[in-house]
Amino acid sequence: MKEQVEKIVDKYRTEEIDLVAILHEINSSMRYLPKEALEVVSEELSIPLSRLYGMASFYRGFNLEPRGEHEIHVCLGTACHVRGGARILDRLSEKLGVGPGETTADQKFTLNRVNCVGACALGPLVVVDQRYHGRLDPLKAERLMEEYYEQA
Amino acid sequence: MSRLKKVAELEQKRKEIVAGEKKETAAVAVCCGTGCSASGAVEVAEAFKKVLAGKAAEVPVKTRVTGCHGFCEQGPLVVIEKSNHEKEKARGETESTEKDAGRDEGSSLQLPGNLFYCRVKPGDVEEIVEKSVLESEVVERLLYSDPVTEERYYSEHEVPFYAHQERLIMGYNGMIEPDRIEDYLAVGGYKALRKILEENASPVEIIEEIKKSGLRGRGGGGFPTGQKWELCRKADGEQKYVICNADEGDPGCFQDRSILEGNPHLVLEGMIIAAYATGANKGYIYVRNEYPLALKNIMQATRQALEWGLLGEDILGSGFSFEVRISRGGGAFVCGEETALLSSIEGLTGEPNPRPRPPYPTAKGLFGMPTLINNVKTFAAVPLIISKGAEWHRAYGTGDSRGTMVFSLTGKVNNTGLVEVPMGMSLRELIYDIGGGIPGGRQFKAVQTGGPAGGCLPESMLDLPLDYEKLSEAGSIMGSGGMIVMDDATCMVDLAHYFLSFTVDESCGKCVPCREGGRQMLALLEKFICGQALEGDLHMIWELATAMQKSSLCALGKLAPNPVLTTLKYFEDEYRAHFEQWRCPAGVCRALISYSIDEEACNACGLCLKACSAGAISGVPDSTPLLEDELCTRCGACLDVCRHSAILVK
Repeated sequence: MKEQVEKIVDKYRTEEIDLVAILHEINSSMRYLPKEALEVVSEELSIPLSRLYGMASFYRGFNLEPRGEHEIHVCLGTACHVRGGARILDRLSEKLGVGPGETTADQKFTLNRVNCVGACALGPLVVVDQRYHGRLDPLKAERLMEEYYEQA
Repeated sequence: MSRLKKVAELEQKRKEIVAGEKKETAAVAVCCGTGCSASGAVEVAEAFKKVLAGKAAEVPVKTRVTGCHGFCEQGPLVVIEKSNHEKEKARGETESTEKDAGRDEGSSLQLPGNLFYCRVKPGDVEEIVEKSVLESEVVERLLYSDPVTEERYYSEHEVPFYAHQERLIMGYNGMIEPDRIEDYLAVGGYKALRKILEENASPVEIIEEIKKSGLRGRGGGGFPTGQKWELCRKADGEQKYVICNADEGDPGCFQDRSILEGNPHLVLEGMIIAAYATGANKGYIYVRNEYPLALKNIMQATRQALEWGLLGEDILGSGFSFEVRISRGGGAFVCGEETALLSSIEGLTGEPNPRPRPPYPTAKGLFGMPTLINNVKTFAAVPLIISKGAEWHRAYGTGDSRGTMVFSLTGKVNNTGLVEVPMGMSLRELIYDIGGGIPGGRQFKAVQTGGPAGGCLPESMLDLPLDYEKLSEAGSIMGSGGMIVMDDATCMVDLAHYFLSFTVDESCGKCVPCREGGRQMLALLEKFICGQALEGDLHMIWELATAMQKSSLCALGKLAPNPVLTTLKYFEDEYRAHFEQWRCPAGVCRALISYSIDEEACNACGLCLKACSAGAISGVPDSTPLLEDELCTRCGACLDVCRHSAILVK
């Protein structure tokens, strides 16, 4: 892991270091920000670990726990809200047995809420692994999850 | 491609591109913005490429994969162009200068020139090519048909959704493949940059032109753009920065994303001109984390501009240098606030700077240096103002609000999508003439402008003109152009609660009024939602809101009470119904409603029985099911499946 993180850090070693970009790249290649990885960044760039932890916990885009195989984002933007987005989140949360931000015990799904993905015309919608599924209702969303289970 | 070393080489290059394009007899433009892609547009574009590749010998037709055309509701959208009329108009090659001349000509084109098809599926592609591309026939079923009058429209310009717009900025999206700098040049792109370098314009002249145009910040603040540029130009600092704020976080807003996705060079050109005028030689584009396609397209555009010599050292041999870096946000709404955005680029948590202002970022910004921060739409307006002139821009809009504004029209409205209209248009025209009114025969109730920091305006204010001052007087804001329409099935208390929980969630927690005030106000709203509020709570909300407005550190906290205050101002009766009558008039707040089944309307199909996951509905075949109120969780699943409107909510 040390080498992998060092490689990422080296890519961004410029005059104005883009720390958010470094964390993004680690987060996407390792599916979260492992403590060990943050320790390497801290050492390489002489930045206190506490500051890195502060960033990792401040930004919604970073995870301190491993994410599931599939990432579900339920849109709760205003347009989706007035068309019943919250009911979809409730239903999925009930079916998967996890709350928003949590991962199922089998590591299959991570359920997230997102404040608008900007596809408001298709609301309410759910994004699974960057694929948009629009014009849903709670039952259709549940069936969508079942399809992902069947595929596996 | 080697870097262009002279301004004249750019014009030469442009002429070559245009000459090449004139050989094509037609083009098929497929909208592949995020909205249409979600409806399957990428597959449609692939199908066109495949089918047209087979016909290449008969007719040279280009499939153009474009950014957002705005009419997301009807996607995937396909435009068949059989003439270069639109592009020529954009380049200023046609003689018509009157605003509406193009529109008239557009409709009198020989059919099917510029045909507009909606909700296209990959299976329709073969037929479209055979009939509309190779021949001159129309595939009637794919034309846009008005939901009320059922009238069919042939071209984009005739469709009511487009006919009432002035698409000065968004209009280019349909003519350009976002990853081809050549396309941008062909429609007159980088003409403004060429003009200032050719004329050796002074920064003062450019700033004067922007001032005269009346352009104001399109990100929400509405600060006069020219004045901001001037402040930055006059500020002392060995290094200056130009930053494009593309951290579009307002739920229900997607215009910045669509511009970046569909026409990234337009924004880049605006930034280059701003850098030239302010004396900056470094720039950042801060893109929201949730916008992968926008990020990809703007990165590609930056690379191309660098390759062509339009960015980097000694741009077009002028001696002026400017480099741009792309910064990806971490997923925090508060980073749209400029001081928080700066912290984020500097590699810190994105919290607003606690210092009282001034100094503003124009004097002391990124890494302590003078920094100009403008929104995507502001930069996008700049090249047009420089190449067409300040007077041209002033001709649109009213009073102190000049030019056009791009709104995201969403919610309970028939034509959801992006609309660009001159400032000063009334809400009514926007919602009814362009938006096509409220779907399902329901009643208009309110419209929220300006996102979660904006306000809710009732029906009595529908004739309010959309300009910065008028909106502000009504207790709302222009914001970044969100426009969410609500019908009578929306509960205003629930809506205020929704917006406030959003801002509370996104509050960085640095200052007490926003962190604590927000939470306490949310707790008060919850009392209303549960029917437990008391008379005094209304006053308490008002007091808290005033404290937050006066003492929060940044705009997030200052504006957070807006939705609560405006709903309270215009819909106090609805708040009162929640605790005086324990009733939610819109039928939304779960603690105050109950579900029942209308025996007369029910045909005993049993769908609700299957849908109910709480086990609250039971029954035997061929008879109206029983709904047990105690078990019912008011999830609404039965309501979704019932085809006979037999589920009653009271």
